[in-house]
Amino acid sequence: MGRRGKIVKIVGNLVAVEFAEAVYQNEVAYILHNEEKLKSEVIRIRGNIAELQVYERTEGLKIGEEVEFTGELLSADLGPGLLGQIFDGLQNPLSLLAEKYGFFLKRGAYLKALPEENFWEFIPLAKKGEKVKAGDRLGYVFEKIFKHYIMVPFSFPGIFEVEEIVPEGKYNFKQPIAYLKKEDKVYEVFMKQSWPVKIPIRAYRERLSPQKTLVTKIRLIDSLFPIALGGTYCIPGPFGSGKTVLQQLISKHAEIDIVVIAACGERAGEVVEVLRTFPELTDPRTGKLLIDRTIIICNTSAMPVAARESSVYTAVTLAEYYRQMGLNVLLLADSTSRWAQAMREISGRLEEIPGEEAFPAYLESRIAAFYERAGVVRLNDGSIGSVTIGGTVSPAGGNFEEPVTQATLKVVGAFLGLSRERAEARKYPAIDPLISWSKYKSFIEEERVSFIHSVLRRANDIYQMMKVVGEEGITLEDYIEYLKGEFFDYVYLQQYAFDPVDEATTQERQKYIFDFIYEKIIQEEFLLENKENALKFFQKLRQLFKTWNSEIWQSAGFKDLDREIREFLNERRKVKSNV
Amino acid sequence: MYRVYTEILEIVGDVLVVEAENVGYGEIAEVTSQRGTSLAQVIRLEEKKVFLQVFAGSKGISTGDRIRFLGHPLYIATGEELLGRIFNGTGLPRDGGPPLSENLREIATPAVNPVKRLLPQKLVRTGIPMIDLFNSLVESQKIPIFSIPGEPYNELLARIAIQAEMEIIILGGMGLKYDDYLFFRQRLEEKGALARAVFFVHTASDPIVECLLVPDISLAVAEDFALKGKRVLVLLTDMTHFCDALKEVSITLEQIPSNRGYPGDLYTQLARRYEKAVDFEGAGSITIISVTTMPGDDVTHPIPDNTGYITEGQFYLRNKMIEPFGSLSRLRQQVNAKTRSDHRTLMDALIQLFASYRETLEKRAMGFKMTEWDKKLLHYGELFEKKMLSLEVNIPLEEALDLGWEILCTCFSPEETGIKRSLIEEYWPKKVGSEEK
Ligand SMILES: Nc1ncnc2c1ncn2[C@@H]1O[C@H](COP(=O)(O)OP(=O)(O)OP(=O)(O)O)[C@@H](O)[C@H]1O
Ligand SMILES: [Mg+2]
Repeated sequence: MGRRGKIVKIVGNLVAVEFAEAVYQNEVAYILHNEEKLKSEVIRIRGNIAELQVYERTEGLKIGEEVEFTGELLSADLGPGLLGQIFDGLQNPLSLLAEKYGFFLKRGAYLKALPEENFWEFIPLAKKGEKVKAGDRLGYVFEKIFKHYIMVPFSFPGIFEVEEIVPEGKYNFKQPIAYLKKEDKVYEVFMKQSWPVKIPIRAYRERLSPQKTLVTKIRLIDSLFPIALGGTYCIPGPFGSGKTVLQQLISKHAEIDIVVIAACGERAGEVVEVLRTFPELTDPRTGKLLIDRTIIICNTSAMPVAARESSVYTAVTLAEYYRQMGLNVLLLADSTSRWAQAMREISGRLEEIPGEEAFPAYLESRIAAFYERAGVVRLNDGSIGSVTIGGTVSPAGGNFEEPVTQATLKVVGAFLGLSRERAEARKYPAIDPLISWSKYKSFIEEERVSFIHSVLRRANDIYQMMKVVGEEGITLEDYIEYLKGEFFDYVYLQQYAFDPVDEATTQERQKYIFDFIYEKIIQEEFLLENKENALKFFQKLRQLFKTWNSEIWQSAGFKDLDREIREFLNERRKVKSNV
Repeated sequence: MYRVYTEILEIVGDVLVVEAENVGYGEIAEVTSQRGTSLAQVIRLEEKKVFLQVFAGSKGISTGDRIRFLGHPLYIATGEELLGRIFNGTGLPRDGGPPLSENLREIATPAVNPVKRLLPQKLVRTGIPMIDLFNSLVESQKIPIFSIPGEPYNELLARIAIQAEMEIIILGGMGLKYDDYLFFRQRLEEKGALARAVFFVHTASDPIVECLLVPDISLAVAEDFALKGKRVLVLLTDMTHFCDALKEVSITLEQIPSNRGYPGDLYTQLARRYEKAVDFEGAGSITIISVTTMPGDDVTHPIPDNTGYITEGQFYLRNKMIEPFGSLSRLRQQVNAKTRSDHRTLMDALIQLFASYRETLEKRAMGFKMTEWDKKLLHYGELFEKKMLSLEVNIPLEEALDLGWEILCTCFSPEETGIKRSLIEEYWPKKVGSEEK
């Protein structure tokens, strides 16, 4: 008989339970309501009262109903079979739920994340008698396109000896694949293990600093505000400014092994889009389907609020798990504000002393701890793995001065701020180059990047001036500087997401085009007698580049335009030299 | 076996506190006072104390009144019987017809499993060029009309409802003026649409808590029709009243507000309703068009702000026009590539030129010199406003596209439009010269 308690209070998704025996903070408990068992988590204990956040709707629950404590922390199942799946925030496989229960999600219906009966071809690596520790590789199976390593469970403390390892063959999750011995006790190891989602996996040798650029194929990001493998970034922006589209573009094109998408408290339709399109798209890096490198964890806005939190933690735990295999994993969370709001809701029900905009005082430390789970690590065998985290933020009123944006900015390595003005002018991606920043290194020469930043700032200053004094009021030189900045923005920073070529630009192409514009347009002077000519010149150039952007890299059309643009520039250049 | 209690301990706002046992969270009770009978819902349970929110308000309730727990959550009758009928926010008839109790369905239905949703892909035609051409409406979309009091948003809603050719229309009115309610009824009746419509109307003079139930009831009924294969259009007007009712209730419950007095769960409350918009795999669909009047015409106000974060775009209705900038149907790209080959390009070209026209207007207002190009733009802008922007215009999409070419051709040469050659060759009108007169 497990430990039990009785409900004494119900407010929304918060339930208070009176108990007799010891209760652990953050342990999972089930509310027993008629035939249903509703999953919940202990989030505060005072005297003999434990307060639980319920991962389900609480309608119909009654005072006096029984609660069963499990003694376990909220955990994720880790093993082969996760890739290509869609889970809810508690790691229930949604496709299986749909098969069983139809159109609607059913309260209290929990299914195993990974089917126990499936057989996997296991190939042993470890030898009998070998000394191993948590995270060491015992063998592997093939999952989609990856070698999925079966590791010593992360929860195994200290050094173990391989007492026995099974020979190559087909096994399922109910069959041990190894027996490990420590101090005369023998422990079974299966292909599946479980890990508490709120605790980072630390079975590695050391953490390294993020150095390599993660190529997203979005020019504005890679060239000006790069992201690093194992780094963190955030995308705050008002509604409709393009956060989700940007994350989806990154999930499609980023040069990364695995993408974990955490759809947290946002629209179900956006998950459906990924779900229905990814099985049909191929990853150019591997030639395999995108869905095969993707895991979706979704707790959309109509699903129970408390599970938003678990969706974020489950997602990062899965990301860390694949990192342990020496892979580069990208976690995309959309939107972290919804998770913060879930904290606010529950904090309100706990009647905690509220901080700014009624968010709880621990908001900052929770956000910091979450992003801290990103990183590059050297694993036990010396190989390298990484988790990169990118989160969107949905600030109230689009105002970045609010608590979630501010807390996030303190901890991330890159800030891609979207602006309403740019989005309304349909300048996509609507990342505002004047406010965004990144601490990571781009593959474009640093000097050139900072020069371009100054060109953009200057162009904006001149534009502001023109708004007051009109075009007539500024000099031709200033006007040309303004046009150069505008031009760079238009043809390089803006990238059309619905054009099959323009939507993704490789590193090689980015370097080529960036240097081309930098050397032959930004740094050059042209024979432009008056403003009208200058405007016409840049308009024509814009048109040419726009077409160029839609041409396949190094195709005949691409090369023709390359020539045409060089000729056009040659005609107008002040000092003639070979282009 | 109903349990009746007669000891009310507290009355705060519209919330009563009684001592009772074996009561379920969210359960419904009947409160009988000298004013009559009202329903109430359990919103908090604490030891023996039960907190009940009274739908008709607590005015006139005395501590000795009778409370009867019904032992079930809030239900609403559903199905064909409802068609042509008009109910209040709690589902009681307000048209003099008989009350219904067929096919009862819980109004708080669970979330749809995302894997059972279809990608929205069917264009909904409204006959309004600013929607059909520029921001196409898509079946299963949820989209609000952002507006301010005094604008003809209800007229626009009624027009979309009639022209959209959906099988069922459900109107959820919140804080609706009686005149507006009559207007809706009359318009639908004139067009013969009343027989496939159901009204749930809370008027400005009805108890505030009833307002809170309107979206849930409307959507529960809609969902039932959709599950039976019907394509349902739900109109919710005005969601700002719903949000203000939430605010009022949460303040009387002494909840800590997050932003300008609105509760911290405003986003969740709105999302739970709007997310009912769906295209079911193997059944019907629900499309939601709502009205959100923006307090102080400020889109950063918590109501439009939280709404915008949930819906799939928005139509700005301003100066009796659907504003071309700011308005956005986020689902339009799902449909506008399949209508006609010129749709997307023409849409972009027309809008870009209109943006240039607006800039020219600003320049003119500042007294700057007008160039030849500016003059062309001014001509274009005027034509565009009159023939496309005006809500008076009522033409099918194909005609609107043709009209777009005609306007371009009247004002510009083909090169000036920036449209690619192949489309110009196919669509540029032949009869009129490309010279401007
Ligand atoms: N890169 C892009 N290219 C073209 N269109 C875009 C791009 N980014 C955004 N859009 C347009 O803007 C719309 C809104 O974008 P998105 O859904 O990403 O906004 P969001 O910032 O996630 O908003 P919310 O906070 O409400 O979720 C899209 O539906 C699309 O029409
Ligand atoms: Mg989004």
